Amino acid sequence: MTEMRMRDAIREAMREEMLRDERVFLMGEDIGAYGGSYACTRGLLDEFGPERVRDTPISESGIVGAGVGAALAGFIPMVEIMTINFSLVALDQIVNNASKLHYMSGGQVNVPLVLRMASGGGSQLGATHSHSLEGMFAHFPGLTVVCPAFPGDAKGLLKRSFREPNPVVFIEHTALYGARGEVPDDPDHLVEFGQAATVRSGKDVTLVGYSGSVHQCYRAADMLAEEHGLTADVIDLRTIRPLDMSSVIRSVRRTNRAVVVEDDWKFGGFAGEIAAQIMERAFDWLDAPVARVAGKDVPMPYNRNLEYAALPSEEDVVEAVLSML
Amino acid sequence: MSVGQAIPTMVGEPPDDELQQRFLYEMLLIRRFEEKCAEMYTRGKIRGFLHLYTGEEACAVGAINALRDDDKIVTHYRDHGHALARGVEPNRIMAELFARVGGTNEGRGGSMHIFDVSRNFLGGYAIVAGHMPIATGLGLAANLSDEDWAALCIFGDGGVGEGEFHEALNLAAIWKLPVVWFCENNGYGMGVPFDDSLANDVYKIAASYQMPSVRIDGMDVLEVYSATQLALAHVREGNGPYFIEALTYRYRGHSMADPELYRTKAEVEEYRQRDAIQRLKRSMIADGLIDEPTYQALVAQVDAEVDEAVAFADASPEPGLHTLYDHITKEYEGESG
Repeated sequence: MTEMRMRDAIREAMREEMLRDERVFLMGEDIGAYGGSYACTRGLLDEFGPERVRDTPISESGIVGAGVGAALAGFIPMVEIMTINFSLVALDQIVNNASKLHYMSGGQVNVPLVLRMASGGGSQLGATHSHSLEGMFAHFPGLTVVCPAFPGDAKGLLKRSFREPNPVVFIEHTALYGARGEVPDDPDHLVEFGQAATVRSGKDVTLVGYSGSVHQCYRAADMLAEEHGLTADVIDLRTIRPLDMSSVIRSVRRTNRAVVVEDDWKFGGFAGEIAAQIMERAFDWLDAPVARVAGKDVPMPYNRNLEYAALPSEEDVVEAVLSML
Repeated sequence: MSVGQAIPTMVGEPPDDELQQRFLYEMLLIRRFEEKCAEMYTRGKIRGFLHLYTGEEACAVGAINALRDDDKIVTHYRDHGHALARGVEPNRIMAELFARVGGTNEGRGGSMHIFDVSRNFLGGYAIVAGHMPIATGLGLAANLSDEDWAALCIFGDGGVGEGEFHEALNLAAIWKLPVVWFCENNGYGMGVPFDDSLANDVYKIAASYQMPSVRIDGMDVLEVYSATQLALAHVREGNGPYFIEALTYRYRGHSMADPELYRTKAEVEEYRQRDAIQRLKRSMIADGLIDEPTYQALVAQVDAEVDEAVAFADASPEPGLHTLYDHITKEYEGESG
């Protein structure tokens, strides 16, 4: 194990996969000389050269589509879309092409494409640059959606993404790039999709999160223990499609209460999917309705206080737990 | 040939007698196949959207015959003609239109999404211009693998107004990728005339991306073939992409649902007078390559093939409901790719 920051774990995963498989190449806006907007590709241009670490113009639809084409022809491209906000102009390629070509062609072609993008608010970047759209991507059959919360998982999941014969949307929370954690050194360490991790064990409530919200769940669990004498299971989903509901259901049947936490808007959001599945599979075990703690239903404001109010907090999680006792 | 030149003079290898026979046969096959499709649509055998290619046959046959087997094609949703010209079996195309397991896509794609990987026919795409960045990616793959195959991207004039057209052309140009962009300009984006849609001629817009760009007669199969040959030679030599705008015309509506309120019957008739099949037939008769009886025999042969395709499609079973979830994702076997 080596302690690493999230961005370094992500870089190491790409580096190892490029060394392992010649078919892997990277392209994106400012991933070369600039080193990536969040410094995830720093140094890779020097090591692998401009053919395999390819700077692109600002053409999200063009470069994602080019990734699909190169994948159809036997390569394993990683396209970095600087932030998830810009994925919206590439949705035609992601939704109409990458996710559907295997099915629509009757299984003749497949698209081994890794799309990396940074997600999340909290940096006063305003409404267009603060989206959390993980749940939107999880909506589409054919896509795998990965949302790591810790550097070790990020590395294992990203390496696993490069081995996947289908498109993977790999979403990194901007607030976590500097987060440190233990990362396995073994270059063959992979984290399998669809396997949630119970990062903390308790008996009074199940807190479910992914990406940044796992850390809110974790801090809320601390507060519940210290201030209220309550213990919580904290479940890190790690991938939201495929979704490991079995781990969630097992926990809820033990704790009888659940709070689902995400940065995305509550209305029509992914937390609602989890809440519905808990209702379908653990209704008789519930002592209270499943609670959702999520973003407020507003375009993200620029003002710091307003933005803080619009995002879910650990205090909101604690409050939700206390209100169901 | 210079950037933005309008009508090229004939260049490249002139098609020999055998090739001309093949052009005639393939154009006739497409014509009769499409006419049969219209009949099958009105009889309820084919459902969904059906966009027929009659009138534009010279584009598919001329361009695709210039390809090598290892070149890759992506095209738009009016794709039966391209698939037929690439040698995809008529039986399997018709079965796909009938939504049967014997179809190219096992009944999952339909008219707008014909795929046949064995022919390097990498799909019909139904979102206008959505396949153009994919062609760029194919060209990138050819370059990265140091192989000299090329990508042919066929699209309509309607695609030129889309952002993906411009992103795809720009990327191919700056990276010097082996992509031949082939615009079938049939004069209408659905029902909106070309002149009301674009601020400049298609080949001039493309020329601004610093690639050779030519406008050709898309109703002359020999000219289409020669122009595409020249384009392929250019891209294979590492000179970057090449653009062809082929002026053509579709005889039927945009789709079977089109009442054609935007054009006159006289206009359609005018173009029918310039029909690509009749034009080739006349020149082959003049050259003594065929006569009327051999032409009629060819029509009969093609009709028999089309009837066989219908019979094959009709006999092919519908996909079982238990296969609904097949092919959502390819199974992970611990290996990449």
